Amino acid sequence: MSQPAIAADTKPWRREGVQPFISVRGVTKRFDDFTAVSDVDLDIYRSELFCLLGESGCGKSTLLRMLAGFEQPTSGSITIDGEDMARVPPDRRPTNMMFQSYALFPHMTVEKNVAYGLLREGLKKSAAYERAAEMLRMVKLEKLARRKPDQLSGGQRQRVALARALVKRPKLLLLDEPLGALDKKLREETQFELIKIQETLGVTFIVVTHDQDEAMTLATRIGVMKDGKIEQIGEPREIYETPNSRFVADFIGSVNLFEGKVDAVAPDMMRIETFELGAVLLPPQSGLTRGQQVWGAVRPERFALSRSKPENTPNTWQGVVEEMGYIGHMSQYRIRLSNGVLIRASQSNRLRDEDPISWDEKVWISVQPSAFRVLTR
Amino acid sequence: MRGWFLPLAVAFGFIFLYAPIISLVVFSFNESRLVTVWGGFSTRWYGELLRDRQILGSAWISLQVAFASATLATVVGTLGAFVLTRFSSFTGRLLLTGMITAPLVMPEVITGLSLLLLFVSMELTLGWPAGRGLTTIIIAHTTFCSAFVAVIAQSRLRSMDESLEEAARDLGAGPVRVFFDVTLPVIAPALVAGWLLAFTLSLDDLVIASFVSGPGASTLPMVIFSKVRLGVSPDINALATIIIGFVLVAVLIAGWLMRRALRKGG
Repeated sequence: MSQPAIAADTKPWRREGVQPFISVRGVTKRFDDFTAVSDVDLDIYRSELFCLLGESGCGKSTLLRMLAGFEQPTSGSITIDGEDMARVPPDRRPTNMMFQSYALFPHMTVEKNVAYGLLREGLKKSAAYERAAEMLRMVKLEKLARRKPDQLSGGQRQRVALARALVKRPKLLLLDEPLGALDKKLREETQFELIKIQETLGVTFIVVTHDQDEAMTLATRIGVMKDGKIEQIGEPREIYETPNSRFVADFIGSVNLFEGKVDAVAPDMMRIETFELGAVLLPPQSGLTRGQQVWGAVRPERFALSRSKPENTPNTWQGVVEEMGYIGHMSQYRIRLSNGVLIRASQSNRLRDEDPISWDEKVWISVQPSAFRVLTR
Repeated sequence: MRGWFLPLAVAFGFIFLYAPIISLVVFSFNESRLVTVWGGFSTRWYGELLRDRQILGSAWISLQVAFASATLATVVGTLGAFVLTRFSSFTGRLLLTGMITAPLVMPEVITGLSLLLLFVSMELTLGWPAGRGLTTIIIAHTTFCSAFVAVIAQSRLRSMDESLEEAARDLGAGPVRVFFDVTLPVIAPALVAGWLLAFTLSLDDLVIASFVSGPGASTLPMVIFSKVRLGVSPDINALATIIIGFVLVAVLIAGWLMRRALRKGG
């Protein structure tokens, strides 16, 4: 086994001139008159844990299936480790896939399932079963080797599927909604286990998911997809803090969007005139001209709530708490401003004995200029 | 209203379906030579049956035909079903989809007659099959039985999770390996059910066999039919009871296998 490579430390996509491990160039996939994937360019680097994130039907699974070789691109090319995949059938590709349904062979025991790929490689039976056993130890299933898949729980099946996909030591592991069928608690535990395995083996992972929390937790980088196109590629923090469109801002986490026009641009400050909040002051952002239509995006947790008027903050408004949801570690608020605009805000409950702001209270809300992200589309 | 109507309807339904069969089974244990007069319990006609060389011979032929044609029909039907469910486009796909089930609705007289004509003209032009007999009955039964097997196999292949086959492909198995390693074992219970159904269908068939059989190759239903024309004798009741037993067991096993296969999904 190779030296553990912590993918998060390396960030090869930030450096110039690093050869991508997987390179997708202008890939389009059409089914009859429906375009599932439309002109996608994507570079993925060695030992990355890349998440393709999007709603169902956005083309993320189709893209994954083209990498595995189950679908052929209508146009464009896919290169894995310098090798063009155009005429390579799925059984000859250096990839393995973990299916959403797990696709465990129901007539084979757990160890047979895991050893199957090794036997197809031409490995001797004894060697194959030895390596399968080693893999099952890694996913902590060595005691269940003789069971059939229908005698396992959902979480155990998930781990068998992972072991079966990893045992051939693929260059690239494709995971289609790997945690989709697990309940919440188990999903959170498994997420970190998955990261640990990925870091230990140094295999490149591409995970398809519709769950933004999962993508944020797992990924070194995320590709957000919509209608067959990639909207934005970036590290989880980039995607959350500097989304490039209203779609991405709204899809990852929750957001308040205020529509308006650029009113004034100064070297150290910029003002936009919004329908909802009136004039808002924020730091200047390059590439914007006066009069341009923009949207100001603010995450709910960036608002500060207080009973008295805050001092020295330019962006301050008054409103009434219309809804409040206590979640435990934080509370969510919906605050109605005097002009009827609804603001989503949230506060973390840091103190145990604090007197929380509650329903029908009059509150001041304020936001730092730097909390705004200005979007042009 | 519901209190008495439903049980009555059920009872009536059962009587309608099974009274003739039950009376046949009961009279097979009749001592009397007269079929409609009860003369006391006896297994005499079962013994008589075992001494009847003609019936035993034809039963042996029927079993051979049923075994061979069920096996061939399972192979042909499965291949047809596989092609139709796993290959989305090829020349003649639409035609095959429509025609594979045609033998299910085709009147047996027409199937039998057309096969007879085919065999006769083949013998004239190709010299094969030489005359009609066991071989021609097996071929004829295979054609209509494979339609039944294809229907069963098709529904099982459709309900099967296709990612199982993709997973095997992904793990390095070629298409043929995938079929034998994964597809076949997964759909096996449905195929056994199909085989059993084909077996009983072949065993029961009278019309098609009458058209395509030749001298020396009379199946059991043919012999029974020709005997009954001369008057019903009690040993036929005994024979019919045995056949009912056979078919019942086969159908029960087939049904159980089908249910199990559907429940397991996969």
